[in-house]
Amino acid sequence: MSLMRVQNLGKAFRSYRSEWQRFARWFGLSVKPSEEHWVLRNVNFSIEAGEAIGIVGQNGAGKSTLLKLITGTLQPSVGRVEIRGRIAAILELGMGFNPELTGRQNVVHAAGLMGFSSDQIQQALPDIEAFAEIGEYFDQPVRTYSSGMQMRVAFSVATAYRPEILIVDEALSVGDTYFQHKSFDRIREFQRQGTTLLIVSHDRGAIQTLCDRALLLEKGMVIKDGNPEEVMDFYNALIAEKENSKVEVKKHDSGKAQTVSGTGEAKVTKIALYNANGEPVDFIAVGEQVELRIKVEIYQPIESLVLGYGIKDRLGQVIYGTNTWHTDQVIIQPEVGKEYYFIIAFSANFGVGSYSVVVALHDRETHLSTNYEWRDLALLFNVFNLDKTQFLGCSWLESKITVDVL
Amino acid sequence: MSGLLSGIWLYRHFILSSIRNEFTIRFARSKLGGLWMILNPLAQVVIYALILSNVLAAKLPGIENKYAYAIYLMSGMLAWNLFSEIIGRCLGLFVEQGNLMKKMNFPRICLPVIVLGSCLTNNLLLFVSMAGIFLLLGHSFSASLLLLAPLTLLVVALGLGIGMLFGVLNVFVRDLGQVVPILLQVWFWFTPIVYPPTIIPEQYRPWLNLNPMATLTQAYQQILVYRTLPELGSVFPVAAGGLFMLLLSFFLFRRASAEMVDVL
Repeated sequence: MSLMRVQNLGKAFRSYRSEWQRFARWFGLSVKPSEEHWVLRNVNFSIEAGEAIGIVGQNGAGKSTLLKLITGTLQPSVGRVEIRGRIAAILELGMGFNPELTGRQNVVHAAGLMGFSSDQIQQALPDIEAFAEIGEYFDQPVRTYSSGMQMRVAFSVATAYRPEILIVDEALSVGDTYFQHKSFDRIREFQRQGTTLLIVSHDRGAIQTLCDRALLLEKGMVIKDGNPEEVMDFYNALIAEKENSKVEVKKHDSGKAQTVSGTGEAKVTKIALYNANGEPVDFIAVGEQVELRIKVEIYQPIESLVLGYGIKDRLGQVIYGTNTWHTDQVIIQPEVGKEYYFIIAFSANFGVGSYSVVVALHDRETHLSTNYEWRDLALLFNVFNLDKTQFLGCSWLESKITVDVL
Repeated sequence: MSGLLSGIWLYRHFILSSIRNEFTIRFARSKLGGLWMILNPLAQVVIYALILSNVLAAKLPGIENKYAYAIYLMSGMLAWNLFSEIIGRCLGLFVEQGNLMKKMNFPRICLPVIVLGSCLTNNLLLFVSMAGIFLLLGHSFSASLLLLAPLTLLVVALGLGIGMLFGVLNVFVRDLGQVVPILLQVWFWFTPIVYPPTIIPEQYRPWLNLNPMATLTQAYQQILVYRTLPELGSVFPVAAGGLFMLLLSFFLFRRASAEMVDVL
């Protein structure tokens, strides 16, 4: 039995020709709404204990409606949400805090709103106070707090009791770095104890590091449910999707899904990695001088061409990326039918592991206005340590350690 | 219905602390703090008593005490204040708390209960200051005073019934938020609070029986001014009406709960 099951969930906002018709409906009269606006439809998924699931989607895709249905503030129009256990949401931290009350009074109020009895609240208060670490400010009115302090208190109450499901909004990136780390530690600790995380974010990094599954919502439907990297690649392609543009997902040789999208005025025809001797390679040594060579063909007249590339680690995090807009090498009105050859030389100062290259062809700074082609996993290569000191991490930062006896 | 009650019971601590917080917030940063809770109604009563008896020298037929008219007025106000405060606060309640209702999942019924708690507290304080002043002015009470408790419940039933009804409808038709306060003012002048019912021409007087608040304020006045028992025969229909309004508004509240959040 899963922790949460969402079955055939749908939500429609109904409007009536007159509000009197709405009132009449409450008294059992059957009245047809004049307009039905479905913001969510046919949503099905289930969640097991301890999973971490990212929910991504463009603005208006139905993310917040889905969360409200899950937390129970909105009632579904069709289908249902079955949940075993308590849900806590870190959505609007500090909701309902009153500036005239002290931190302690606000904590008691907020915990009461979450449904805890006064005994439970009194028991948890010392922990909440200790976790917030705001010292004697805890007994001062909240109006004297900095916004960071308010967040600390709000986060401490919201996570004072381990819930079965924790909804985390991207707004979590608030407060100082120290507290951010502390709050992430607490979230991870909850997860270890079996709490399921539902993370809503636009931040690729957060989704890919925290989640082991992602759901992509588009126009009120779940259009993709799977591995975060694959879903994020698809999402990325989707936000650039324009008319007569297509998104294609292929299975790469490595077993990973490769997403190619774009309008196709220009395409990458060849991409390969070469070593210092000019030989194509896919295994390189840490610190080796290499060249990424990319051939681009122009199929239709376009105003300008920018080539962007990024190198991603095995989790899909971009560890370095730039484009020819930033390097002032925009090609203005490239000739149709011609091929352009880009050679990107760099030292492979990466840690040991496997990496992928993403390339994009667009007209300006980003691929969001026009997207000729976006190619995830255009190239895969591996880095191994041949002649360097043993080290950890994703980058090679050569260091010299001196030791003195004093 | 049992769902509503168990929601209130589960959140009883929250409701109590919310009522307490409301007063804390109101008097925060004032030097006298909680003392204002009693000073405010006290000032109101003193002003009425002094101005009406000494400056305007208003008299109430049938009673000799110089302060009789002030006492009469305050008795009616005790009932009316509770009634109109409950309606006024319930009217905008769901609209004001919309954000909270959209973000947090808690029994929504707590909201009107908190309003009720704070209105009752205000009313109790008004009663205490009023009774104190009355005694100082040489007025005394009889055992019929005990009947004020069930009468207060009737005012609450009627006020909460009407207030919740309009509070729910106001979410969908916002004009109600503007119309209802005007209607309340009209209603106030159609209720014998400022004037004794005897000044209404004989042939129109039976119409007063259609106004449940007239029955209730008259009962308050019977107890507080004339120290007699109110006519129970006229109070029962009001009790039935109040209960009906209360049930109707709860029914509506349950029906509308889901849709309210959609619209807010």
